[in-house]
Amino acid sequence: MAKQPIITVNNLVKNYGDFKAVKGISFEVYEGEIFGLLGPNGAGKTTTLEIIETLREKTSGEITVDGFNIDTDAGSIKKRIGVQLQAAGYYPNLNLSELIELFSGLYGIQRSPMEMLEKVALTDKAKAKYKELSGGQKQRFSIATTLINNPRIVFLDEPTTGLDPQARRNLWDLIREIRDQGTTVVITTHYMDEAEVLCDRVAFVDGGNIIGVDTPDAFIDKLVATGFEPPKKVKLASLEDVFINMTGKEWRAE
Amino acid sequence: MTEQPYSNFKATMAIAKASFRSIVRSPSSVVFTLLFPLIFILVFGFISGGGVISVDVGVDKKCDTLNPVYQALKKVSVVHMIHQQTPEEMEANLKKGSIDAILNIQKNTKPPYFTVNIQHSKASGDKEAILKSALNNIFFELNSHIPDAPPPVAIIKEAEVQTREYKTIDFILPGQLGFSLLSTGVFGTAFVFLSLRITLVIKRFFATPVKRYSIVIGEALARITFALIGALFIITIGHFAFGFTLVHGFVTVLNMLFLSLIGVLVFMGFGFVVSGIAKNESTVPPIANMITLPQFLLSGTFFSINVFPAWLQPISRALPLTYLNDSLRKVAFEGASLFDVSHQILIMCIWGVVIYAVAVKTFKWE
Repeated sequence: MAKQPIITVNNLVKNYGDFKAVKGISFEVYEGEIFGLLGPNGAGKTTTLEIIETLREKTSGEITVDGFNIDTDAGSIKKRIGVQLQAAGYYPNLNLSELIELFSGLYGIQRSPMEMLEKVALTDKAKAKYKELSGGQKQRFSIATTLINNPRIVFLDEPTTGLDPQARRNLWDLIREIRDQGTTVVITTHYMDEAEVLCDRVAFVDGGNIIGVDTPDAFIDKLVATGFEPPKKVKLASLEDVFINMTGKEWRAE
Repeated sequence: MTEQPYSNFKATMAIAKASFRSIVRSPSSVVFTLLFPLIFILVFGFISGGGVISVDVGVDKKCDTLNPVYQALKKVSVVHMIHQQTPEEMEANLKKGSIDAILNIQKNTKPPYFTVNIQHSKASGDKEAILKSALNNIFFELNSHIPDAPPPVAIIKEAEVQTREYKTIDFILPGQLGFSLLSTGVFGTAFVFLSLRITLVIKRFFATPVKRYSIVIGEALARITFALIGALFIITIGHFAFGFTLVHGFVTVLNMLFLSLIGVLVFMGFGFVVSGIAKNESTVPPIANMITLPQFLLSGTFFSINVFPAWLQPISRALPLTYLNDSLRKVAFEGASLFDVSHQILIMCIWGVVIYAVAVKTFKWE
């Protein structure tokens, strides 16, 4: 399958006063992939993401999203993307199905709240308030709100931060499902193990620059080819594998 | 995917609906808009007891009670005679002010035939003057009936004008309604926009195609609807439970609701300003109180602003709530039309223009 770029970022710069948060980065996201922006906190991941999401003004550079220029067609872009923000709250005093109804209205469409909640396995929480949910449920609900408008691309900003291993795996499955239904996923994370198993391609962001874009396997192969050896012999399983093995992989009644 | 034309109207109504649900479920908005005003109406309704003043007079055991002065005084409705207390109790109660005077009338054999002894204390205040004036009336009547009395220098001719009874509720209810609109407009609006901003709800909205004006209009619609339902509720309870006067009935209610609408619009402007100035949720109450408290106290919510000292009255006359209260009272009790209160409406509108100009400068989205 020919790789079609759905997002093109060209020489993006963002300055906050004297501080250069993003220093001229360029990359492409292909249609139908899970693309990871990796890097430490403060590297410029969230800033880059929010500029593409039309939530923040850029200083300079060119961005095209699904064929629309961000400078001239922000409105069209908003209609075809789904956005999950880091640490965003939801309208107070409303339950989940009322929130879905609200977002449907914001997109000017009719969606059945139950159908949306079913996609993220939260139908039993339809009458619950957002703040009553567990960490994993909150993230799943946030993802449900990004899918209301049948977006071409969803952006997930650190969706697994702070989740326990089961909830994290559970969210990975959900993200893969979204991709398998044809939606492109752009995700930020600082967990490399997560990027390795989840992302089709990753970009490393550090200090406002992109220092490499490739598939996780290609990165690892390149490093090994230079004669790199891990500092100590890698065990055949990790402690997390043990934890999952002992506590089970199924979803918890969170 | 076929492109449907995006409907700003649908988005606005979706926000209005969500916001209204949220307001109705928020305990603080219900308490401030409905419960507080009703409690005040109740409390003031009972305290003032329909505005009847009573002078409690202890009657000395040695008092002659068969004479015409005593008999006439007994018929004065504001004077309440007390017989059961011992002289010591009377003395003590007089000092505390729980009785206003001790009366002892003595019969004499030569003129003046009656000596009226009154003991009073500082605690009795104005009550003593009321008692004296009642007695003077009686003396005048008695003196003028004795044979060969000099012709009176002046006489009183009384004529009662037929009026509606001005009840305490007629003063208190419009004030409480104004207070309700002020708190829901200022506190409600300030808290909602600040919290939507801080919890990034607005930012999340901005990732959808919704327009900024849809958010503001949607929120405003919900708040206005809630405030007007609250106003209707207060007026209805006031009318049916406390006999609040509605001169032209339903038309008066509509006029009051129209004035309430203008009031809440102006007060929401203050709310927008507060939400822009406040850094976090704990700074909202002090800033909002700086706006609401002076109006609460000085705008004739509890007392007519005429009782304030002269230097304070110009301040009272500068506040928007004064004009809302004033126009509500005129419409409800005097049966004024909206045209009759156009002066008050004009001043509220001027406040509206000024405050929204400030709001546009101070309001923050992020």
